[in-house]
Amino acid sequence: MNPFGLLAQSFAVLLALTLAPLLKGWIDMWRAWLGNRSAPGLLQPYRVLHKLFHKESVLADTASPLFRLAPYAVFGCVLLACAIVPTLSTDLPFAPAADAIALVGLLALARVFMALAAMDIGTAFGSLGARREMLVGFLAEPALLIVLFNASLITGSTSLASIVETLAHQQFAIHPSLAFAGIAFALVSLAENARIPVDNPATHLELTMIHEALLLEYSGRHLALMEWAASLKLFAYAGIGLALFFPWGIAQAQSPAAMLAALPLLGLKLAIGGLALALVETLSAKMRLFRVPEFLATAFLLAVLGLLVHSLLGD
Amino acid sequence: MSHWIVQSLNLFASLMLILAFAMLSQRRILSLIHLFTLQGLTVVCATATVAYATGRHELYFSAALTFTLKVLLIPYLLHRLIQRLKVQWDVETLINIPTLMLIGIVLVVIAFNLAAPVAQLSASIARGTLGIALACVLLSFMMMITRSKAVPQVIGFLAMENALFFAATSATYGMPMMVELGIALDVLVGMLILGVFLFQIREQFDSLDIHHLERLKED
Amino acid sequence: MNALPLPLLLGMPLAGGFILAAIGHRPRAPEWNAAFSLGTLLAAAWLTVQIVESGPRTVFAQQFFIDPLNVFLVALTAFVAFTTALFSRAYMRVEVGHGRMTAARMRLYHSMYQFFCFTMLLALTTNNLGILWVAMEAATLTTVLLVSVYRTPASLEAAWKYFILCGVGIAQALFGTILLYLAADRAIGAGGDALLWTHLAAAKHMLQPTIISLAFVFLLLGYGTKVGLVPLHNWLPDAHAEGPTPISAVLSGLLLNVALYAVLRCKVLADGALGPGYAGGLLIGFGLLSVVVAALLLSRQKDVKRMFAYSSIEHMGMMTFAFGLGGPVATFAGLLHMTAHSLVKSAIFFAAGHGAQKTGGQLMEDIRGLMTVSPTVGWGLLLGSLAILGMPPFGIFASEFLILTTAMHELPWTAPVLLAALGVAFAAVLRRVLPMVFGATSARRLAHAPALLPVFVHLGLGFMLGLYIPPYLEQWYGQAARMIGG
Repeated sequence: MNPFGLLAQSFAVLLALTLAPLLKGWIDMWRAWLGNRSAPGLLQPYRVLHKLFHKESVLADTASPLFRLAPYAVFGCVLLACAIVPTLSTDLPFAPAADAIALVGLLALARVFMALAAMDIGTAFGSLGARREMLVGFLAEPALLIVLFNASLITGSTSLASIVETLAHQQFAIHPSLAFAGIAFALVSLAENARIPVDNPATHLELTMIHEALLLEYSGRHLALMEWAASLKLFAYAGIGLALFFPWGIAQAQSPAAMLAALPLLGLKLAIGGLALALVETLSAKMRLFRVPEFLATAFLLAVLGLLVHSLLGD
Repeated sequence: MSHWIVQSLNLFASLMLILAFAMLSQRRILSLIHLFTLQGLTVVCATATVAYATGRHELYFSAALTFTLKVLLIPYLLHRLIQRLKVQWDVETLINIPTLMLIGIVLVVIAFNLAAPVAQLSASIARGTLGIALACVLLSFMMMITRSKAVPQVIGFLAMENALFFAATSATYGMPMMVELGIALDVLVGMLILGVFLFQIREQFDSLDIHHLERLKED
Repeated sequence: MNALPLPLLLGMPLAGGFILAAIGHRPRAPEWNAAFSLGTLLAAAWLTVQIVESGPRTVFAQQFFIDPLNVFLVALTAFVAFTTALFSRAYMRVEVGHGRMTAARMRLYHSMYQFFCFTMLLALTTNNLGILWVAMEAATLTTVLLVSVYRTPASLEAAWKYFILCGVGIAQALFGTILLYLAADRAIGAGGDALLWTHLAAAKHMLQPTIISLAFVFLLLGYGTKVGLVPLHNWLPDAHAEGPTPISAVLSGLLLNVALYAVLRCKVLADGALGPGYAGGLLIGFGLLSVVVAALLLSRQKDVKRMFAYSSIEHMGMMTFAFGLGGPVATFAGLLHMTAHSLVKSAIFFAAGHGAQKTGGQLMEDIRGLMTVSPTVGWGLLLGSLAILGMPPFGIFASEFLILTTAMHELPWTAPVLLAALGVAFAAVLRRVLPMVFGATSARRLAHAPALLPVFVHLGLGFMLGLYIPPYLEQWYGQAARMIGG
């Protein structure tokens, strides 16, 4: 372990913590503009977090310690996930500890905590949301895994850092299987991050809500942590997507200058990605819940097709 | 150089496959037409790439022919057709879509396995894509037999023609010119006849639902 | 030696198609239709004489190829097309009288009839397997319009089914053709000549076996759909039953032959590349299945044209089986069966068409007492049915006898299966036909004179083939059989 690596790692974590709400604000802003509404402002998520941290947390009488523990566990899991996704540099000391499969596991762990906490109170909405969340998760996780396998097959490694190194720094080549994986990944990210057309984070409509139903009982700093974790998760997904499909510009080991150069590039990529997400959300309509399995099955099958195409066409 | 060309051909082939799956899972007729147009465009790009790579000028001509026919003329006719027939709405498939996609994957595996030994023997630079072309043929076939409405069946038929054309380009740099002209003529005439036919069917049945076409049965 | 008859042969129906598209609705159009068919027949006869004198040859930069196999089919096609045009003259006038046909539909009908003949002749004479595909597809398109010409719901349904199923089938054949081109590309180099059958046949031992085995499966599935092989036969009974009767006659008598001809051309190539077992085995399997399934389904039919359509499937299966067995005798029998079946089956459709026209319906329980209504129609149907069921001394008896004896030698287990299927078919058809011919009826005699000359000419020829095969015909069969059967 070298000091520079440690520095890069902590910088990456800090960056994730600060940039994640900004990304959410950026997307919300564009969603409002594209929907012909006036936007809440780019910094609105920070204001919300600030407000929530200064409020008192109210707990239900029936809440067990698990309920109180969950926000920290979720936040920790997602933050760790962000730490192993290479966003600026591939020299991450944490990365060898956890590869892409562990990353999926971390996100799954966060989901399990969230679902357990939602059911812990015993309200109808909580268990309903938990059930729906698990439905989405059980379909989305295999798809995500296969998307990552697509990249692993090309690069011969399951570690995200080495995938990025291979993809970004070898001679440029078109990998058709990544086209399949890319579409599948886009579908999975929409579902996992509770975006339209799978879920709408801006409403609390009991017929359709998934993510918001899990958070109904939280307040104060617990809610703040949960919200922050949600935006971190989005950031992590954005990071994975950029790492797999647009890896150019991510710095290689031991180069502070390259890392500094990678920062504005990352900002640009995130801005474009956020805009694209807002565009997709504005243009599509929310699906009925029973169409969601079909949506995710499509993602899964596309990812599998990617593997098949890779095996047919080779390198 | 040829490295690049093979890669872009592979990319076009993958696009064909993605579009074939998209068509398989698409309910809306209007979107089906858009996907069909895109598929035609992909075939044109692939043909033009092969033409560039091999320096065969007749392939440019066949790309132009495909462009006129499959990207401009037939989609235009289809648009006109669905406007006049007023059938833009969604059409449910006979098998639910996830199952359909699973069967589709099985077909892809079969097609890849069938084509693999043949493709190895081809001298074409795009030989790897023969399996994908065969898979697209089978998927379009699937799409045809799982729709109960006439217009999606027609689009499936045309998509199959596209896939065959792609197969010809990828395996053997296209068929001889005369044959290609003949095929194009057949497709166009067939399309026109089908169009007329759809109007007659609607006139007789007040619907384009093929379920009405089930009176002739064995018993 | 001049190259005149071939352009005449193809040009006559083509010109007829265009001219009748303009004048096909006039009162004299049926005569014009027959005249064009007669012209085609004369050209075919001229061509046949030339080939008999001078042997196989290619013309027009090798794009066309005439040999004993296709010249005999050309002659048969032109002949049946002509007699059908004669039959259609009388038959369609009655349909106009019944109001089922209007002037505009007559124009479409006549024009498409000629175009249909053109596509079949083109498919038979072309040397280019790609053009063969194009012609087969064009034949589908023209017959789709012919089948749907009445515009009734049932005929539209039949035509739609026909189009979709044959369209899908023929697309498989195109894939097979592409694979064939790929094999040719390796063996004799790319270019427009690589799909010429004569070139392929010359290089057939050099064709890559892996590619050819896959290509033949696709070609067989594709053209086999058009032959009506079970399980790809679904379109066939509908199209036969719902179209006008002359079209049923040419579909059964000619188009199925042409499709089988395409399969045979491909089989020769497959045999060359893979040895005799592979293609033959597939043909035997499909043929046997078709014979058995069609024979079992025969007894369940209520519509007279449907029943005879199933009988066509059975007989096409029989021929496919014979060609699959291979060898000079079975192939000879297959060709003989093809000829006799074409003649007899179209005669049956002529007679059945008149019978149905009289009662106004095709349901067999409504058709009764043809013998009293019109003895000629009654005798025609009865003799035709006996002939198609393989009663001696008709030609079909001779060919079925040859096929069965060969089967006993080559594949003994198939002979009882075939015999049982033939027995079932015999009982099923006779049980239906006898009441139609002899039953009591209250119907009036026919108001119009039926065109029965074609019926008895066909039956007479079928009768003759059973007793005596003219030597030149036998010579053709022999040459063609050596070519296909190896």
